[in-house]
Amino acid sequence: MEYFVIIIGSIFVNNIILSRFLGICPFLGVSNKVETSLGMGGAVTFVMAISSAVTYIVYHYVLAPFDIKYMQTITFILIIATLVQMVEIILKKVSPSLYQALGIFLPLITTNCAVLGVAILLVQNDFNLLESVVFAISNAIGFTLAMVLFAGLRERIELNNTPKAMEGMPIVLVTASILAMAFMGFSGLV
Amino acid sequence: MKKLNILTNGIIKSNPVFILLLGMCPTLGTTTSAMNGFGMGAATMFVLILSNMAISLIKNVIPDKVRIPAFIITIASFVTILEFFMKAYVPSLYETLGLFIPLIVVNCIILGRAEAFASKNNVFSSMLDGIGIGLGFTLSLTIIGATRELLGSGAVFGQKLIEGDGMLIFILPPGAFLVLAYLLAVFNKLTKKTN
Repeated sequence: MEYFVIIIGSIFVNNIILSRFLGICPFLGVSNKVETSLGMGGAVTFVMAISSAVTYIVYHYVLAPFDIKYMQTITFILIIATLVQMVEIILKKVSPSLYQALGIFLPLITTNCAVLGVAILLVQNDFNLLESVVFAISNAIGFTLAMVLFAGLRERIELNNTPKAMEGMPIVLVTASILAMAFMGFSGLV
Repeated sequence: MKKLNILTNGIIKSNPVFILLLGMCPTLGTTTSAMNGFGMGAATMFVLILSNMAISLIKNVIPDKVRIPAFIITIASFVTILEFFMKAYVPSLYETLGLFIPLIVVNCIILGRAEAFASKNNVFSSMLDGIGIGLGFTLSLTIIGATRELLGSGAVFGQKLIEGDGMLIFILPPGAFLVLAYLLAVFNKLTKKTN
């Protein structure tokens, strides 16, 4: 039951993009097409799941015993940056087809605040290891869901005429606002 | 005169929020009121100025291949220092901004300035660039925060200007996107005319 609450809560109610405002850069930057959004979502899911487990272990077995919790920001960003590099190298060797699909998105993930944000949220919420991984994966699913929905909307906006001042980013942001309003309908669900 | 240009460049011509569209997460996430927007802007400016200066000092020592990780570590150290300062002197602001303080590390503006400006220029110019871009960022966040606060609760910086409760939606997440969208449209309109 507890896991169910975490899953629904982080996919719909507190959607990482539309209500927590993490990962806005890829949300606005690479959500032009549904396919690229899916690729980015896949890459984020992959890295977030691994990084949440690694940061959990490092935080509770290295930082906490030595009482250097204030080093968490530096440690976490280092872990994420290294992990992204490692995942890239391993994927290239083990599964070239997956690397083909996710490859170009991986370097972008280091500076994706969603990954670091989730790592810090895990510490704040005091989850155990399994809860952490479930939380990370469901947040990544929420990320992918918002990206794909938004890409679908954007593909249609491209074809329409908009007032000159609203062209480009402003109209995209208005659309994001309406999507966020739709997601507000989920609040109170959990 | 050239030095003055560096300073003013960041405020209007390459304003990080309205022109370059960088650092969108804190822009949307923390601007629920004018004060929060200002606080976030000031915190980012603190890190930006110091990291710009530090990176410009050590730019010749860092090997080219590992420069990005080196920049990130430099920025992360200053963010940790900032966290200590804020916890000690403005604990209530630290509480409200919460997650977005450690996330300054991954703010693209700071890494972007390190890569584009501080790694090529001397310490004094880098400091001016940090101040300019920082001011531009703080100003944008304060404007967005003030607009959201005014529409959402009828107040600016806590001063009640309009009677009544205001429209709550502007304080909630959708309002952030909406206010930024229309401010951007206004900014586009104004800058296009002067060109």
